[in-house]
Amino acid sequence: MHLVYPAVLAALLFAIGVYGVLARRNAILVLMSVELMLNAVNLNLVAFDVWLRDTLHAGQALTLFTIAVAAAEIGIGLAIVLMVHRNKGTADVDRLRDTAEDPHDSSDETSTDGTSDGTPTGEKAEATA
Amino acid sequence: MILAAQAAAEAHGFLSPTGVEIAFLLVGLVTLGAALVTVTTRQLVHAALWLVVALGGLAVEYLLLTAEFIAWVQVLIYVGSVVVLLLFGLMLTKAPIGRSPDADSGNRPAAVAVAVAAAAALVWVVVDAFRTTWIDLDGAVQGSTKVTGEFLFRHWVLPFEALSVLLLAALVGAIVLSRKKKEGER
Repeated sequence: MHLVYPAVLAALLFAIGVYGVLARRNAILVLMSVELMLNAVNLNLVAFDVWLRDTLHAGQALTLFTIAVAAAEIGIGLAIVLMVHRNKGTADVDRLRDTAEDPHDSSDETSTDGTSDGTPTGEKAEATA
Repeated sequence: MILAAQAAAEAHGFLSPTGVEIAFLLVGLVTLGAALVTVTTRQLVHAALWLVVALGGLAVEYLLLTAEFIAWVQVLIYVGSVVVLLLFGLMLTKAPIGRSPDADSGNRPAAVAVAVAAAAALVWVVVDAFRTTWIDLDGAVQGSTKVTGEFLFRHWVLPFEALSVLLLAALVGAIVLSRKKKEGER
Protein backbone atom coordinates (compact mmCIF):
# COMPACT_ATOMS: atom_id res chain seq x y z
CA MET A 1 0.00 0.00 0.00
CA HIS A 2 1.17 3.47 -0.78
CA LEU A 3 2.21 5.22 2.43
CA VAL A 4 0.60 8.44 1.22
CA TYR A 5 -2.93 7.10 1.71
CA PRO A 6 -2.82 6.72 5.53
CA ALA A 7 -0.60 9.80 5.92
CA VAL A 8 -2.97 12.06 3.97
CA LEU A 9 -6.01 10.61 5.72
CA ALA A 10 -4.38 11.32 9.09
CA ALA A 11 -3.47 14.87 8.07
CA LEU A 12 -7.02 15.62 6.92
CA LEU A 13 -8.54 14.10 10.06
CA PHE A 14 -6.20 16.22 12.16
CA ALA A 15 -7.27 19.35 10.27
CA ILE A 16 -10.94 18.49 10.82
CA GLY A 17 -10.20 18.07 14.51
CA VAL A 18 -8.46 21.46 14.58
CA TYR A 19 -11.51 23.03 12.99
CA GLY A 20 -13.78 21.41 15.54
CA VAL A 21 -11.69 22.53 18.50
CA LEU A 22 -11.64 26.11 17.25
CA ALA A 23 -15.21 26.42 16.01
CA ARG A 24 -17.30 24.49 18.49
CA ARG A 25 -18.89 26.16 21.46
CA ASN A 26 -20.06 23.26 23.60
CA ALA A 27 -17.19 21.85 25.67
CA ILE A 28 -18.20 18.25 24.99
CA LEU A 29 -18.08 18.84 21.25
CA VAL A 30 -14.59 20.27 21.74
CA LEU A 31 -13.65 17.03 23.49
CA MET A 32 -15.00 15.06 20.54
CA SER A 33 -12.79 17.06 18.19
CA VAL A 34 -9.80 16.37 20.43
CA GLU A 35 -10.59 12.67 20.08
CA LEU A 36 -10.52 13.06 16.29
CA MET A 37 -7.08 14.66 16.48
CA LEU A 38 -5.77 11.90 18.74
CA ASN A 39 -7.10 9.31 16.34
CA ALA A 40 -5.33 10.97 13.44
CA VAL A 41 -2.07 10.68 15.34
CA ASN A 42 -2.83 7.03 16.10
CA LEU A 43 -3.37 6.26 12.43
CA ASN A 44 -0.02 7.86 11.63
CA LEU A 45 1.72 5.83 14.32
CA VAL A 46 0.27 2.55 13.10
CA ALA A 47 1.00 3.26 9.45
CA PHE A 48 4.61 4.20 10.10
CA ASP A 49 5.11 1.25 12.43
CA VAL A 50 3.85 -1.14 9.77
CA TRP A 51 6.03 0.56 7.18
CA LEU A 52 9.24 0.50 9.24
CA ARG A 53 8.76 -3.07 10.54
CA ASP A 54 10.25 -2.03 13.85
CA THR A 55 11.29 -4.97 16.00
CA LEU A 56 10.17 -3.17 19.15
CA HIS A 57 6.91 -2.13 17.46
CA ALA A 58 7.18 1.23 19.16
CA GLY A 59 4.45 2.70 17.00
CA GLN A 60 1.83 0.15 17.92
CA ALA A 61 2.80 0.21 21.60
CA LEU A 62 2.56 4.00 21.59
CA THR A 63 -0.82 3.75 19.88
CA LEU A 64 -2.13 1.53 22.66
CA PHE A 65 -0.76 3.96 25.24
CA THR A 66 -2.36 6.88 23.41
CA ILE A 67 -5.71 5.13 23.41
CA ALA A 68 -5.47 4.52 27.16
CA VAL A 69 -4.37 8.10 27.83
CA ALA A 70 -7.25 9.34 25.67
CA ALA A 71 -9.67 7.30 27.74
CA ALA A 72 -8.25 8.81 30.93
CA GLU A 73 -8.38 12.28 29.37
CA ILE A 74 -12.01 11.93 28.35
CA GLY A 75 -12.94 10.80 31.85
CA ILE A 76 -11.21 13.69 33.57
CA GLY A 77 -12.39 16.15 30.92
CA LEU A 78 -16.01 15.13 31.28
CA ALA A 79 -15.76 15.33 35.07
CA ILE A 80 -14.42 18.87 34.76
CA VAL A 81 -17.11 19.83 32.25
CA LEU A 82 -19.83 18.43 34.51
CA MET A 83 -18.44 20.31 37.49
CA VAL A 84 -18.33 23.54 35.50
CA HIS A 85 -21.85 22.93 34.29
CA ARG A 86 -23.03 22.37 37.86
CA ASN A 87 -21.35 25.51 39.15
CA LYS A 88 -21.98 27.86 36.23
CA GLY A 89 -25.03 26.43 34.56
CA THR A 90 -23.40 26.28 31.15
CA ALA A 91 -20.89 24.17 29.30
CA ASP A 92 -20.20 26.68 26.55
CA VAL A 93 -16.52 27.45 26.42
CA ASP A 94 -16.89 31.07 25.31
CA ARG A 95 -19.14 31.96 28.21
CA LEU A 96 -16.54 30.89 30.75
CA ARG A 97 -14.74 34.19 30.85
CA ASP A 98 -14.03 34.56 34.53
CA THR A 99 -10.30 34.60 34.04
CA ALA A 100 -10.39 36.71 30.89
CA GLU A 101 -8.47 39.92 31.12
CA ASP A 102 -10.27 43.13 30.43
CA PRO A 103 -7.49 45.44 29.33
CA HIS A 104 -9.47 48.70 29.42
CA ASP A 105 -13.01 48.28 30.58
CA SER A 106 -15.68 45.65 30.85
CA SER A 107 -17.32 46.51 27.55
CA ASP A 108 -14.89 44.12 25.92
CA GLU A 109 -17.23 41.30 26.72
CA THR A 110 -20.01 42.35 24.40
CA SER A 111 -17.77 43.11 21.49
CA THR A 112 -15.90 39.82 21.34
CA ASP A 113 -18.86 37.53 21.87
CA GLY A 114 -21.38 37.64 19.07
CA THR A 115 -24.27 36.25 21.05
CA SER A 116 -23.66 37.93 24.36
CA ASP A 117 -26.58 40.03 25.40
CA GLY A 118 -24.66 42.42 27.52
CA THR A 119 -25.18 40.97 30.95
CA PRO A 120 -21.99 40.33 32.84
CA THR A 121 -20.83 36.75 32.99
CA GLY A 122 -21.25 36.32 36.69
CA GLU A 123 -24.84 37.49 36.73
CA LYS A 124 -25.75 35.25 33.85
CA ALA A 125 -24.19 32.26 35.49
CA GLU A 126 -26.06 32.93 38.68
CA ALA A 127 -29.28 33.45 36.82
CA THR A 128 -29.05 30.17 34.95
CA ALA A 129 -27.65 28.08 37.79
CA MET B 1 18.04 7.73 -5.82
CA ILE B 2 15.80 8.87 -8.63
CA LEU B 3 16.34 5.62 -10.49
CA ALA B 4 15.40 3.64 -7.40
CA ALA B 5 12.28 5.76 -6.98
CA GLN B 6 11.37 5.17 -10.61
CA ALA B 7 11.92 1.46 -10.21
CA ALA B 8 9.72 1.42 -7.13
CA ALA B 9 7.04 3.37 -8.96
CA GLU B 10 7.18 0.92 -11.84
CA ALA B 11 7.06 -2.07 -9.52
CA HIS B 12 3.97 -0.78 -7.71
CA GLY B 13 2.32 1.45 -10.27
CA PHE B 14 0.78 4.82 -9.53
CA LEU B 15 -2.31 4.36 -11.61
CA SER B 16 -3.15 0.78 -10.76
CA PRO B 17 -4.03 0.72 -7.09
CA THR B 18 -4.33 -2.60 -5.39
CA GLY B 19 -7.52 -3.85 -3.83
CA VAL B 20 -6.31 -2.94 -0.36
CA GLU B 21 -5.64 0.59 -1.50
CA ILE B 22 -9.09 0.95 -3.02
CA ALA B 23 -10.69 -0.37 0.15
CA PHE B 24 -8.54 1.98 2.24
CA LEU B 25 -9.55 4.90 0.05
CA LEU B 26 -13.27 4.16 0.25
CA VAL B 27 -13.26 3.62 4.02
CA GLY B 28 -11.10 6.72 4.38
CA LEU B 29 -13.66 8.80 2.46
CA VAL B 30 -16.42 7.51 4.74
CA THR B 31 -14.28 8.30 7.79
CA LEU B 32 -13.53 11.81 6.60
CA GLY B 33 -17.18 12.48 5.79
CA ALA B 34 -18.29 11.25 9.18
CA ALA B 35 -15.63 13.38 10.88
CA LEU B 36 -16.78 16.44 8.93
CA VAL B 37 -20.38 15.87 9.93
CA THR B 38 -19.21 15.40 13.52
CA VAL B 39 -17.63 18.84 13.65
CA THR B 40 -20.30 20.65 11.64
CA THR B 41 -23.67 19.22 12.65
CA ARG B 42 -25.92 21.33 14.82
CA GLN B 43 -27.50 18.38 16.59
CA LEU B 44 -25.26 17.50 19.48
CA VAL B 45 -26.31 13.87 19.89
CA HIS B 46 -25.90 13.28 16.17
CA ALA B 47 -22.32 14.54 16.48
CA ALA B 48 -21.57 11.78 18.99
CA LEU B 49 -23.21 9.18 16.77
CA TRP B 50 -21.27 10.31 13.68
CA LEU B 51 -18.14 10.11 15.80
CA VAL B 52 -18.91 6.38 16.13
CA VAL B 53 -18.84 6.08 12.34
CA ALA B 54 -15.53 7.94 12.11
CA LEU B 55 -13.87 5.87 14.84
CA GLY B 56 -15.25 2.64 13.42
CA GLY B 57 -13.90 3.57 10.00
CA LEU B 58 -10.51 4.12 11.59
CA ALA B 59 -10.73 0.64 13.14
CA VAL B 60 -11.28 -0.77 9.64
CA GLU B 61 -8.23 1.17 8.45
CA TYR B 62 -6.17 -0.44 11.22
CA LEU B 63 -7.40 -3.83 10.06
CA LEU B 64 -6.35 -3.00 6.48
CA LEU B 65 -2.92 -2.03 7.83
CA THR B 66 -2.73 -5.49 9.50
CA ALA B 67 -2.77 -3.96 12.98
CA GLU B 68 -5.51 -6.29 14.09
CA PHE B 69 -5.21 -5.99 17.86
CA ILE B 70 -5.25 -2.19 17.76
CA ALA B 71 -8.37 -2.30 15.62
CA TRP B 72 -10.24 -4.28 18.24
CA VAL B 73 -8.89 -2.10 21.05
CA GLN B 74 -10.15 0.88 19.08
CA VAL B 75 -13.60 -0.65 18.79
CA LEU B 76 -13.69 -1.61 22.46
CA ILE B 77 -12.37 1.57 24.02
CA TYR B 78 -13.37 4.33 21.62
CA VAL B 79 -16.61 3.09 20.17
CA GLY B 80 -17.51 1.17 23.29
CA SER B 81 -16.68 3.47 26.13
CA VAL B 82 -15.51 6.92 25.02
CA VAL B 83 -18.57 7.63 22.89
CA VAL B 84 -20.85 6.32 25.61
CA LEU B 85 -19.10 8.62 28.08
CA LEU B 86 -19.56 11.54 25.68
CA LEU B 87 -23.26 10.73 25.31
CA PHE B 88 -23.61 10.62 29.08
CA GLY B 89 -21.83 13.95 29.27
CA LEU B 90 -24.21 15.44 26.72
CA MET B 91 -27.20 14.20 28.69
CA LEU B 92 -25.87 15.33 32.06
CA THR B 93 -25.13 18.84 30.80
CA LYS B 94 -28.73 19.02 29.52
CA ALA B 95 -27.72 19.37 25.90
CA PRO B 96 -30.69 20.30 23.77
CA ILE B 97 -32.16 17.46 21.73
CA GLY B 98 -32.62 18.60 18.18
CA ARG B 99 -31.07 21.56 16.46
CA SER B 100 -29.23 24.02 18.63
CA PRO B 101 -28.50 27.25 16.79
CA ASP B 102 -25.45 28.12 18.88
CA ALA B 103 -23.40 24.99 18.42
CA ASP B 104 -20.69 26.93 16.61
CA SER B 105 -19.02 29.93 18.12
CA GLY B 106 -18.37 33.24 16.42
CA ASN B 107 -14.84 32.51 15.33
CA ARG B 108 -15.89 30.03 12.68
CA PRO B 109 -14.26 31.74 9.67
CA ALA B 110 -10.95 31.90 11.53
CA ALA B 111 -11.32 28.21 12.40
CA VAL B 112 -11.96 27.35 8.76
CA ALA B 113 -8.91 29.34 7.71
CA VAL B 114 -6.64 27.70 10.27
CA ALA B 115 -7.93 24.21 9.46
CA VAL B 116 -7.56 24.65 5.70
CA ALA B 117 -4.07 26.06 6.13
CA ALA B 118 -3.08 23.18 8.41
CA ALA B 119 -4.54 20.61 6.02
CA ALA B 120 -2.83 22.15 3.00
CA ALA B 121 0.55 22.39 4.71
CA LEU B 122 0.42 18.88 6.16
CA VAL B 123 -0.83 17.22 2.99
CA TRP B 124 1.74 19.01 0.87
CA VAL B 125 4.62 18.05 3.15
CA VAL B 126 3.47 14.46 3.56
CA VAL B 127 2.85 13.87 -0.14
CA ASP B 128 6.15 15.45 -1.01
CA ALA B 129 8.06 13.37 1.53
CA PHE B 130 6.49 9.94 0.98
CA ARG B 131 5.68 10.01 -2.71
CA THR B 132 7.74 6.93 -3.46
CA THR B 133 7.21 4.92 -0.31
CA TRP B 134 5.21 1.77 -0.14
CA ILE B 135 4.12 -0.29 2.81
CA ASP B 136 4.78 -3.97 2.36
CA LEU B 137 1.69 -5.67 3.72
CA ASP B 138 2.49 -9.13 2.39
CA GLY B 139 5.12 -10.20 4.89
CA ALA B 140 4.65 -11.56 8.37
CA VAL B 141 1.64 -10.22 10.26
CA GLN B 142 2.74 -7.33 12.42
CA GLY B 143 -0.22 -6.57 14.57
CA SER B 144 -1.90 -9.84 15.51
CA THR B 145 -2.73 -10.46 19.14
CA LYS B 146 0.19 -12.86 19.46
CA VAL B 147 2.73 -10.38 18.13
CA THR B 148 1.24 -7.53 20.15
CA GLY B 149 1.34 -9.53 23.36
CA GLU B 150 4.92 -10.53 22.75
CA PHE B 151 6.28 -7.05 22.16
CA LEU B 152 4.05 -5.42 24.73
CA PHE B 153 4.99 -7.73 27.57
CA ARG B 154 8.58 -8.24 26.53
CA HIS B 155 9.75 -4.72 25.77
CA TRP B 156 7.06 -2.41 27.09
CA VAL B 157 6.16 -3.87 30.48
CA LEU B 158 7.28 -0.93 32.57
CA PRO B 159 5.41 1.75 30.57
CA PHE B 160 2.40 -0.55 30.56
CA GLU B 161 2.39 -0.72 34.35
CA ALA B 162 2.92 3.03 34.63
CA LEU B 163 -0.07 3.42 32.36
CA SER B 164 -2.22 1.34 34.69
CA VAL B 165 -1.22 3.65 37.56
CA LEU B 166 -2.16 6.63 35.37
CA LEU B 167 -5.56 5.11 34.64
CA LEU B 168 -6.12 4.52 38.35
CA ALA B 169 -5.18 8.12 39.11
CA ALA B 170 -7.56 9.35 36.40
CA LEU B 171 -10.34 7.20 37.84
CA VAL B 172 -9.83 8.58 41.34
CA GLY B 173 -9.57 12.12 39.98
CA ALA B 174 -12.80 11.79 38.01
CA ILE B 175 -14.62 10.46 41.08
CA VAL B 176 -13.28 13.27 43.27
CA LEU B 177 -14.20 15.91 40.70
CA SER B 178 -17.71 14.70 40.03
CA ARG B 179 -18.63 13.90 43.64
CA LYS B 180 -21.35 16.12 45.01
CA LYS B 181 -20.09 18.16 47.92
CA LYS B 182 -22.04 18.02 51.14
CA GLU B 183 -23.59 21.13 52.62
CA GLY B 184 -21.07 23.15 54.55
CA GLU B 185 -18.10 21.27 53.18
CA ARG B 186 -15.88 23.19 50.80
